[in-house]
Amino acid sequence: MRISKTWIRSIWIPIIAVFLGLLVGAIIMLLSGFNPIQDYANMFMGAVGTPNAIGEVLRTATPLILTGCGFAIANSAGFFNIGVAGQALLGWVGAVSFALWFPDLPRIIMLPGAIIAGVICGAIWSGIAGVLRAFFGTSEVITTIMLNYVALYGTNAFVKGVLAKGDNDYSPTVPTAARLRTPFLENLTQNSTFHYGLIIAIIAAIFLWWLMRKTTLGYEIRAVGMNPDGARYAGMSDKKTIILSMLISGAFCGLGGAVDGLGNYENIIVNDAMPSIGYDGMSVSLLAGGSAIGIIFAAVLFGLLKIGGLNISIMSNTPSEIVDIVIAAVIFFVGAQYIIRYALNTSARRQAARNASKVTASTAAAAGVASGPGDAEADQPRAGEIPPRKRGQKQSKVEQPDHHDEHDGEA
Amino acid sequence: MADYTTIVRRGHVIQTVKTADESAEDLATMMVGRAVNFALDKAPYQDGPAILKIEHLDVVDHKKVHRVRDFNLTVHAGEIVGLAGVDGNGQSELVKALTGLMPVANGTVTVGGKDTTHAKPRQVTESGVGHIPEDRQKFGLIMPMSEIDNMSMMEYYRPPLAHHGVRDAKAAAEMTARLNKQFDVRIADMHNSAGSMSGGNQQKLIIAREMSRDPQLMIAMNPTRGLDVGAIEFIHQQILNARAAGHAVLLISYELDEIRQLADRIAVIHAGHLVATEDAENLTEQQIGLMMAGSGQQDKEATTNAD
Repeated sequence: MRISKTWIRSIWIPIIAVFLGLLVGAIIMLLSGFNPIQDYANMFMGAVGTPNAIGEVLRTATPLILTGCGFAIANSAGFFNIGVAGQALLGWVGAVSFALWFPDLPRIIMLPGAIIAGVICGAIWSGIAGVLRAFFGTSEVITTIMLNYVALYGTNAFVKGVLAKGDNDYSPTVPTAARLRTPFLENLTQNSTFHYGLIIAIIAAIFLWWLMRKTTLGYEIRAVGMNPDGARYAGMSDKKTIILSMLISGAFCGLGGAVDGLGNYENIIVNDAMPSIGYDGMSVSLLAGGSAIGIIFAAVLFGLLKIGGLNISIMSNTPSEIVDIVIAAVIFFVGAQYIIRYALNTSARRQAARNASKVTASTAAAAGVASGPGDAEADQPRAGEIPPRKRGQKQSKVEQPDHHDEHDGEA
Repeated sequence: MADYTTIVRRGHVIQTVKTADESAEDLATMMVGRAVNFALDKAPYQDGPAILKIEHLDVVDHKKVHRVRDFNLTVHAGEIVGLAGVDGNGQSELVKALTGLMPVANGTVTVGGKDTTHAKPRQVTESGVGHIPEDRQKFGLIMPMSEIDNMSMMEYYRPPLAHHGVRDAKAAAEMTARLNKQFDVRIADMHNSAGSMSGGNQQKLIIAREMSRDPQLMIAMNPTRGLDVGAIEFIHQQILNARAAGHAVLLISYELDEIRQLADRIAVIHAGHLVATEDAENLTEQQIGLMMAGSGQQDKEATTNAD
């Protein structure tokens, strides 16, 4: 993976956005009469202070990595997949249903089977929006949001009507063979809900990076997203790319729901609202600028904020919602990143101008040429007078600048 | 128009001169750093087989407007056919129809004997057609992508640039470096975006990409639009190289000088119709201009008589 200057510069934007978000939270806490330093300290301790806390943080991050990747891949293709939550729900119900309907399968078949079932359900749900967009041009923003509600009430009805026993609002617990939590992990993290889904999530993120950077499909997805006209000129089929990118996006979101269902919940419940991993996944992807490694870090950050945030209201009077404010402010600053980019660019340009004037002065000295009106001085204002040149003088002037070129090379 | 001219090259100010004191050739030499050849070496045209055959082509756009009407044209191997015309007389639609970007209502297009009338863009390029588009930034490049990715834009999906759907970054980088050298494409780092390149270098990238595919037919639309003198000279030489290598070249341009300099035969398009096709030396600028404005063949006889 090449590390370029722009890559290093673009890492500053999320870092500065997070810092500014925390600042906004601190200001609001001060204005409300709370102590930001104490609260942030409590939040930090609440997030990393104990193995249990670390386990909970990583467990929270796990589905966010996957839904973040799901949103990012659709975004690369130029689409806003707002249906992340609904596709995750489909993945959740698909995985849990598989586990409950085939309870006697051995783990080696049960676990991959349930996960794949969830992935397929999520992919199909997203594919509906993709097909509508490809063949009818319907906005995927609208179709995915509407499908979210269909997913929410549909799965609620399915859970209560088909999966749950009696009058319960939740399904039975999945068989042990399907659970991603294990006694070993529970011992490791003082009985937290940490589960093996994290490994699946990280592998999936690496797969996303590989797909987008190293395969022809990833190339096509990015090309269609950046310039659909150029992509068509290059022979790419935009219908095929739209549908494939939405299918893959839904697959990642479904995987997120499946992994959360088999690892965190170990069953499926009736939800009164959209699962938060949907919209939080979108925020994670935006914060990370769509990069796979960034998504992993951003998801962990969200885990730190959410789990640590619970500790704020335990240790003081400050309500935990302050964490939601911080998260919202962070996303705001990511959206307003052009402010940060402008500041970085202006300082970079000033630095480059200072360097350029140093280089030109030293090159002129080295070449033994007197700095005349023909040489460039970036900071010097051009004088108004223009001396007339005679034909004889012109000859030498033409050769000189070529020496300059060899010294400076290509800028 | 200017009283004084300041010449800039590679970021340095070279000189400021009184415009009246300098000839166009001298100014061009200062701009490029060496003498610019305004008169190109063009070997005489040698007969070749027909490569592109357009027969009774009708193109209708999505607003149901007839853009190209009953168009007939043949381009042979080793020949440059220049299509002259005023902007908006059907050239864009003709090129889009030839390259599969726009549907054909009637008629046929044959490339090297193969019917490409309703072929998709990829099928057209795989039939050995190179296309230098009129809008390099909209159609010819993907600006945020790297130069390597842009150089790979037409061949990215098959060996040597990809095997079974997995891209070969090393092969792409090698190809880009080789083509940069061969076609004088200047960029500080191949991983920089195409958007960071100057217009001339962007166009040279597109030409390098299309020429390296060794197409039997090259379609070039306004290939030197908005470029400086040095780049124009280079690109004209590349078009002549394609001709010398035995390819068929269809050159569509709004610059009459360009067409008269390069074309073996000149065709004129007006309101979607082909007005005339003639050997270049048999047409005066005045005659071409009249045909571009809509006066047909009969006026050609009238003006020669008037002379």
